[in-house]
Amino acid sequence: MTELADRPTALPAATDKSDVQGTAEMRVWRGDGTTGQFVDYTVDVNEGEVVLDVIHRLQAEQAGDLAVRWNCKAGKCGSCSMEINGKPRLACMTRMETLPKGEQVTVAPMRAFPVIRDLVTDVSYNYEKMKSVPELKLAERKEGEVHRMAQEDISRLQEFHKCIECFMCQNVCHVIRDHDENKPAFAGPRVFLKYAELDMHPLSTQHGEKVAYDEGGLGYCNITKCCSEVCPEDIHITDNAIIPMKERIADRKFEPIVWLGDIRSARKDAKQQKKR
Amino acid sequence: MSVSEAARPVPNGPAPTPRGGPGGKTLRKDRWWLQPLVTVVVLVLFIAYSTWSAFNKVNYFHDPYLSPFFSPCLAASCPEQVRWASLNLMPWISPAIYILVFPLGFRMTCYYYRKAYYRSFWQSPPGCAVAEPHKKYTGETRLPLILQNLHRYFLYFAVIVNLILAYDAVLAFRFPAENGHHGGFGFGVGTAVITINAILLAMYTASCHSCRHLIGGRLNHFSKHPVRYKLWGIVSKLNPHHPKFAWISLFGVALTDVYVRLVASGTITDYHWIF
Amino acid sequence: MPGTALTEYETHDYDVLVIGAGGAGMRAAIEASKTGATVGLACKSLLGKAHTVMAEGGMAAAMGNVWDEDNWQVHFRDTMRGGKMLNNWRMAQLHAQEAPERVYELEDWGALFDRTEDGRILQRDFGGHKYARLAHIGDRTGLELIRTLQHHTMHRQVEVHMEVKIVRLLKEGKRVVGAIGYRREQGTFIVLNAKAVILATGGAGKIYKFTSNSWEGTGDGHALALWAGADLIDMEFFQLHPTGMIWPPSARGLLVTEGVRGDGGVLRNSEGKRFMFDYISEFFRAETADTEAEGDRWYDDHVNNRRPPELLPRDEVARAINAEFKAGRGSPHGGVFLDIASRRSAEDIKRRLPSMYHQFKHLAGVDITSEAMEVGPTAHYIMGGIRVDAETQAATVPGLYAVGECSGGMHGANRLGGNSLSDLIVFGRRAGLAAAEYALGLAETPKTWGGQIAPIVAETLAPFGRDTGENPYTLHKELQEVMQSLVGIIRVSSEMQEALDKIADLKERAKNISIEGHVQYNAGWGEATDVAALLDVAECVTRAAYTRTESRGGHTRDDFPATDKTYWGTVNNSLHKVGDDITITQTPLPQMPAELQALFEEVKA
Repeated sequence: MTELADRPTALPAATDKSDVQGTAEMRVWRGDGTTGQFVDYTVDVNEGEVVLDVIHRLQAEQAGDLAVRWNCKAGKCGSCSMEINGKPRLACMTRMETLPKGEQVTVAPMRAFPVIRDLVTDVSYNYEKMKSVPELKLAERKEGEVHRMAQEDISRLQEFHKCIECFMCQNVCHVIRDHDENKPAFAGPRVFLKYAELDMHPLSTQHGEKVAYDEGGLGYCNITKCCSEVCPEDIHITDNAIIPMKERIADRKFEPIVWLGDIRSARKDAKQQKKR
Repeated sequence: MSVSEAARPVPNGPAPTPRGGPGGKTLRKDRWWLQPLVTVVVLVLFIAYSTWSAFNKVNYFHDPYLSPFFSPCLAASCPEQVRWASLNLMPWISPAIYILVFPLGFRMTCYYYRKAYYRSFWQSPPGCAVAEPHKKYTGETRLPLILQNLHRYFLYFAVIVNLILAYDAVLAFRFPAENGHHGGFGFGVGTAVITINAILLAMYTASCHSCRHLIGGRLNHFSKHPVRYKLWGIVSKLNPHHPKFAWISLFGVALTDVYVRLVASGTITDYHWIF
Repeated sequence: MPGTALTEYETHDYDVLVIGAGGAGMRAAIEASKTGATVGLACKSLLGKAHTVMAEGGMAAAMGNVWDEDNWQVHFRDTMRGGKMLNNWRMAQLHAQEAPERVYELEDWGALFDRTEDGRILQRDFGGHKYARLAHIGDRTGLELIRTLQHHTMHRQVEVHMEVKIVRLLKEGKRVVGAIGYRREQGTFIVLNAKAVILATGGAGKIYKFTSNSWEGTGDGHALALWAGADLIDMEFFQLHPTGMIWPPSARGLLVTEGVRGDGGVLRNSEGKRFMFDYISEFFRAETADTEAEGDRWYDDHVNNRRPPELLPRDEVARAINAEFKAGRGSPHGGVFLDIASRRSAEDIKRRLPSMYHQFKHLAGVDITSEAMEVGPTAHYIMGGIRVDAETQAATVPGLYAVGECSGGMHGANRLGGNSLSDLIVFGRRAGLAAAEYALGLAETPKTWGGQIAPIVAETLAPFGRDTGENPYTLHKELQEVMQSLVGIIRVSSEMQEALDKIADLKERAKNISIEGHVQYNAGWGEATDVAALLDVAECVTRAAYTRTESRGGHTRDDFPATDKTYWGTVNNSLHKVGDDITITQTPLPQMPAELQALFEEVKA
């Protein structure tokens, strides 16, 4: 090993002013859940920074009690969902230089959910809807045996599992965004991924399409695809989950040949029950 | 609420919604309205043209070219070279009317066109994160929109129509004798137009979401159906391009019709070579 | 300033209370609820956002799907050797034995691991593991674990309190009988009475400036246990990743995978020199290239050339980076340059390292195909934690259990990659089961002594009452600077003494923290409550590091570079807090039975 020299006394601070690239005009929603307003701030911005960095600087320098929800700051946990210039985005994944230069940046809470404080919303609707999906039950695993599944059978489900539950698809979906009254009947795109999994899992013992339709309100979706557009994980929610589920529903509910099959199997069931 | 000195409240911000956030139609500043507007303009133009064409029962055939709006030709008034049936319920009616429902129904219930017209015509929603103007919304849960679920039946007919258009394309290589020239196998600009149109329509059909489902998507065990899995893989590759095929094939049909009409009316001459 | 109404609080009663909803906490809650016990789960963030989602590589379990030769004995041996034999042998054994069944169980609950040709769970190679052993799903195994457990928890009888920050454990005599905290959303207090409490709060990386941990990694569980009278062990062992991004700030803490170096990336100092050739220690000289030419040939021909020194073990690389920086040849922001841009074509980089390329492009606007990255050693995982019983995860205080990163012993002096996720599910289950059995076996329900709540509430709200005082962010930042520069990678007694003095000073200043605004989702308040925990955890790390006069695993002493088998190889550092004083003692390492010791002799033979 070579000789170790003395260390420099101080490390440069994170907000070293020499690195400041410029300032940004921020227009941030401040509210307590019933009232609120946009408040304008002028704040320093460094090279490569994302909107969340700027919000943190606001907290540190100008608005100590500005409420914002965040966690990993790496686009993996889905906590910092908000609406930046009117579009649902993850604040940690929206770099300042990708926003129009020299224009004010509007930052607002997600619109579909009740505001708790400033940029933080009450997202419990999503948790309740997730809970309403029946639990996945797989075929029993025999003692000493392991499940066998082919990669091609699970690849499309693995796409759904990329979901980080940022709930931006739920937020942007006009079915609930513009209509609070639809919330009881409609589960939302994120939840449809789960229903789809219930139906498509190669070892699933359940059908997901009927519950998705009857309880999840799949029929409310008019496939206008905003959920897919805002997904930070690039999950093709509409093409790969919602439309296939609508087709599975069509198989079952709108397919005369299947109706005949259903009637036959219903009769069979009735007979068997009589025998017992 | 504490607002620091550097900050100043904006008096004219949108009033809060009942959920406590900013109200108003949208906070978007980009041109979100452009796409729905273009969709409306293009679709209206297409509908206007196709309606005119469907009722205009002359000049839709110039041997060996048949306008796709009129194929299959099922009326008694059809030219005999392309006549499949001789329906004569209302002699004054254009032959296009008999078959119009099939392509129309296929496109009306198409998952992509639904998105396009719900957004542009019905404004539901006009753009992502842009509020829709309607008080109530029930989506596709009740009549008539619940009938969108019948898309697959229109797909079945679309496949038949595609086969007939393919046959038309084959016929477009067989030229009649004219002006002392012998007829027979040949190739003309119209042949190319009709063949390309048939291919584009076939691509539109093949990339359809219902097609993707029926060909393999409905299976839960791809591993047990390798051939259907392969086909599903191909359709899945085409499927993201469905919107593109939807528009290109729409223009294709209209332009093919225009070309046949221009040739049939003698406005332009079709260049072709007979071998 | 919050009103007096805040001194009112809500109360909930459970048999078992789990604090923390990462992989370990949820697995524990699931198991506890299976016994019929009533279970409460409190977590600082929303459910499913825990730091576990950041784990990429996979979870180690000797299922033998790729290599038939693999079994628990080999996994056990790898774990012990990785931990420099300082692990609790029984925990390492249980971990190796039970991990496969825990993984299969996850699959029953809906996890979808990548598959082998014949449809079994595919396993991947990882540093320190003899065989390909990590069950994975692409590079987001942690997310899969969290989501699977989250959905399973939702359907169990578990009451979840999200966005609750626990500030103190409640006690009755010696026993832990619950916890008190506040709801971050409303700022109101919540008292959770429980017969047994399981801590599953994760890591403490936030004592350092450069860390891959999220804001949540503030050592809450370590501190809560310490304050409740429990022992912490092995706190000096902190795992560092040599190449974490340190600039730009938006990318700080993101780890740059070893793959970048494996695919040709080299480390350079501010003079542009490829310095790693100066840091090849005697131990690795035989197997490491000594010229750039040979190192460069290795990428294409592993057989006839030796590995370039950039691929030395993590701690060696971290030390070298640190030394360059100390010598004044570092990058502007405290690290060195990792350069792959000048070594490979842009197309090559995008093809070989797609996720790295995209991550930096998206998150930080850094194009790794055209510019060098500024990297430095980054705090990643704390091996030390709450001392627990190997079988039950019971802490040294009755009624208290600990599991996951906040517990100690399992990983010894150094953790193998992939062993943390399996640790969570193996010991999560054990903790849940043991805590529930303990709770259900209690003759009478312990009662919280109401008198202890008011002072805690008053103390927690105190910073609001001070018009002027210390800014909690500033204190935290200063602590991070102290720890980063004085108790970082290479430790020297003089610097650590200085650190202890500075920590004492910060503790004094922390008594005068002031914050402004309301109590709803106030980040400053959160920071204020974190600082107390951070300071105690930092002191524990520093004291333990100061006391251990040897170098081993995640603890390197410049003044004691050798590993000491005879004394320090046989004891754990054990920390305890009485009043305001943190004391340290050495306790003997549990003795491995002969049949397990034989496993290590086999290798030598």
